[in-house]
Amino acid sequence: MSQTVASQTEYNYKVVRQFAIMTVIWGIVGMGVGVFIAAQLAWPALNFDIPWLTYSRLRPLHTNAVIFAFGTSALFATSYYVVQRTCQTRLFSDKLAAFTFWGWQAIILAAAITLPLGITSSKEYAELEWPIDIAIAVVWVTYAVVFFGTLIKRKVSHIYVANWFYAGFIITVAVLHIVNSMAVPVSLTKSYSIYAGAVDAMVQWWYGHNAVGFLLTAGFLGMMYYFVPKQAGRPVYSYRLSVVHFWALVSLYIWAGPHHLHYTALPDWTQSLGMVMSVILFVPSWGGMINGIMTLSGAWHKLRTDPVLRFLVVSLSFYGMSTFEGPMMAIKSVNALSHYTDWTVGHVHSGALGWVAMISIGAIYHLIPALFGHANMYSVKLVNTHFWLHTVGVVLYIVAMWISGVMQGLMWRAVNSDGTLMYSFVQSLEASKPFYIMRFLGGVFIVVGMLVMAYNVYRTVVAKSGSLTTEANTQMA
Amino acid sequence: MTSFWSIWVIVLTLACLALIFGLLLWNLKNYTGVEEGESCGHEFDGIEELNNPLPKWWTYMFFATFIWSVYYLAAYPGLGNFAGFLNWTSSNQGVTSLEESKQATEEAKANGHWVQLDKEFEAADERFGPIFKAFAEQDIETLAKDQKALEIGQRLFAQNCAQCHGSDARGAMGFPNLADNDWLYGGTPDKIKETLLQGRVAAMPGWQDALGDQGIKEMTAYVLSLSGRKVNQKDADAGKAKFAMCAACHGMDGKGSVAHNLPFGAPDLTDNIWLYGGSQRAVEETLRHGRAGVMPAWKDILGEDKVHLLTAYVYSLSQEK
Repeated sequence: MSQTVASQTEYNYKVVRQFAIMTVIWGIVGMGVGVFIAAQLAWPALNFDIPWLTYSRLRPLHTNAVIFAFGTSALFATSYYVVQRTCQTRLFSDKLAAFTFWGWQAIILAAAITLPLGITSSKEYAELEWPIDIAIAVVWVTYAVVFFGTLIKRKVSHIYVANWFYAGFIITVAVLHIVNSMAVPVSLTKSYSIYAGAVDAMVQWWYGHNAVGFLLTAGFLGMMYYFVPKQAGRPVYSYRLSVVHFWALVSLYIWAGPHHLHYTALPDWTQSLGMVMSVILFVPSWGGMINGIMTLSGAWHKLRTDPVLRFLVVSLSFYGMSTFEGPMMAIKSVNALSHYTDWTVGHVHSGALGWVAMISIGAIYHLIPALFGHANMYSVKLVNTHFWLHTVGVVLYIVAMWISGVMQGLMWRAVNSDGTLMYSFVQSLEASKPFYIMRFLGGVFIVVGMLVMAYNVYRTVVAKSGSLTTEANTQMA
Repeated sequence: MTSFWSIWVIVLTLACLALIFGLLLWNLKNYTGVEEGESCGHEFDGIEELNNPLPKWWTYMFFATFIWSVYYLAAYPGLGNFAGFLNWTSSNQGVTSLEESKQATEEAKANGHWVQLDKEFEAADERFGPIFKAFAEQDIETLAKDQKALEIGQRLFAQNCAQCHGSDARGAMGFPNLADNDWLYGGTPDKIKETLLQGRVAAMPGWQDALGDQGIKEMTAYVLSLSGRKVNQKDADAGKAKFAMCAACHGMDGKGSVAHNLPFGAPDLTDNIWLYGGSQRAVEETLRHGRAGVMPAWKDILGEDKVHLLTAYVYSLSQEK
């Protein structure tokens, strides 16, 4: 631990600390809004007839808060930490790094104000209006300058695999965001996309799916490649596997968007191509999971005592599960059943809550003590409590959505012996209600877990530096 | 798609797949200069990387998806303008009208193209067609008393008609109530079937310019008086004097076009049933700006046999049970 403390003068940990703390705060906000709108789906009266609280306005607030506030803050924190430590050099510019922190927080605040007001470009996961879009582009390019500047001045000859993933994610997200957000402004708060019709839909889902592929997958794989071997104290399983799966992953993901538009006005050839690339993508996706899980060989026993490692490893299991499920749902005949149902919602959340949130939470539990000069979190026992709350929550959520989704798909296609439809839409909605309540309960578990985390982080941060030792903690676990 | 873009798509797709395939083959060999299972010798913040081979089962999965993708892109559209050897398309893409669609279906059949949507329609017709054909041979009066026919008719109604006329067929503002035996185009089985098959377009002109504010007020009073509503008698008399302009469609007695055997769909103004609302304000609005009603034609969408059954269902709604 003395090594960490000594290196604080060398590395810029301030911006890492800021982003790490905000990850926890935005996590509570974003997931809290999620639980609230989940409750609205079960009990619609909960919008209280107030426009700012309607599902249509809060749903984009939820998605923006968890993806861009919680998830992206975690990516900022970990990438700034990892790139410094694996390149053995301080960040390229402290000022620019500070600008990315304050700039990003300002953007999140702008989102939290404009979305409930109903100011939206109406593009999914890209709802923010053009002035905010420009701000995002500026902050993101600054992020790239800081990250690549740091890579360039590294003191080691090779670039570590975690940084390949972070680099790929930073470049691609810049391109995706700028291309998809191109719009003609008509006022300060309204603009129209420069694309039209099926082209607009395709650009939107090229962006949308790669927000998943690069931001929520490549970025978090970067996180995985540092925190899993570090927490397990084991070498990465296979260098060659990381080479293959990195290049295959980044070159295949970019094609996969059309699978969101199966059976629409999108031309056949585009749909097929998107489906083919999505199916092959399954294999390199699993490459990352294998490399992470196999890194634990010889350290499996640590799972018994280390709940942080448990978060990281279970996140990889969810990653493997959703990256099997995704390519399967991209197959047109499966998609015919799953499209527009809650199955999609379940799939997204097994990725978002299982993979993205768990790897981030694990990384933050690793980071907080390291950043504030401790050997451990204030309470390892509470980390364990959080682990179980979160796991139970995720399982409740995705099982509810699987059942309700498959049921909806089957009800919508069921026909009588005369060929007429057996159920009306509202009947399928009625049948889904118990599962909406179950999903809400899952969400409650997850948010309670996040509150436990916030308390634990608070106690760790305010504790006297060096006072939280491994010995005191192993007994508690 | 122009040939340029077609080639663009083909080259990029194949190049991407070939590069990934090459990458996989390259990494099957140990090129690192380190024994397999040993550390590569780099170290990053204490993390080392082992030179383990790619897991065999994972490599096989990779090969399998490659083989499948090559087959799929050869069989189905995907590589630019290349149609694929199955000659498959999901639907006749690019058609902009029903006529073009029918023409495209015929052409595809003649050329042996596999159009998924056409095939599915054909299969459904083959399977369900005879059920409706059998009903179509009976007359509507009989079907309107046949429980089984009415059940199917109700389902067809729920899927195709309820959006406008409501699931209880009692209509909504601008959409006629089908259960009250008040008909715009006639309530005999033949007339209902005609409405369903061919659709209807109704137009009530706006009279604001011709009548002015005072005239609209007077005409409203007269029209409401026809249904026995209490109105200002002086206004109503003034309105009556100008009613000739309305009589062309609604008849001099205001009983509507059905009563006078006219094809306009002009409502009976004397029965206190109001398609666009019967408040003074709503009637004034109708008179001022006119109304336009459209019932789509279902002949080409559902086919005559299903329309026959639907007719029986709609007819049954206004018959004494």
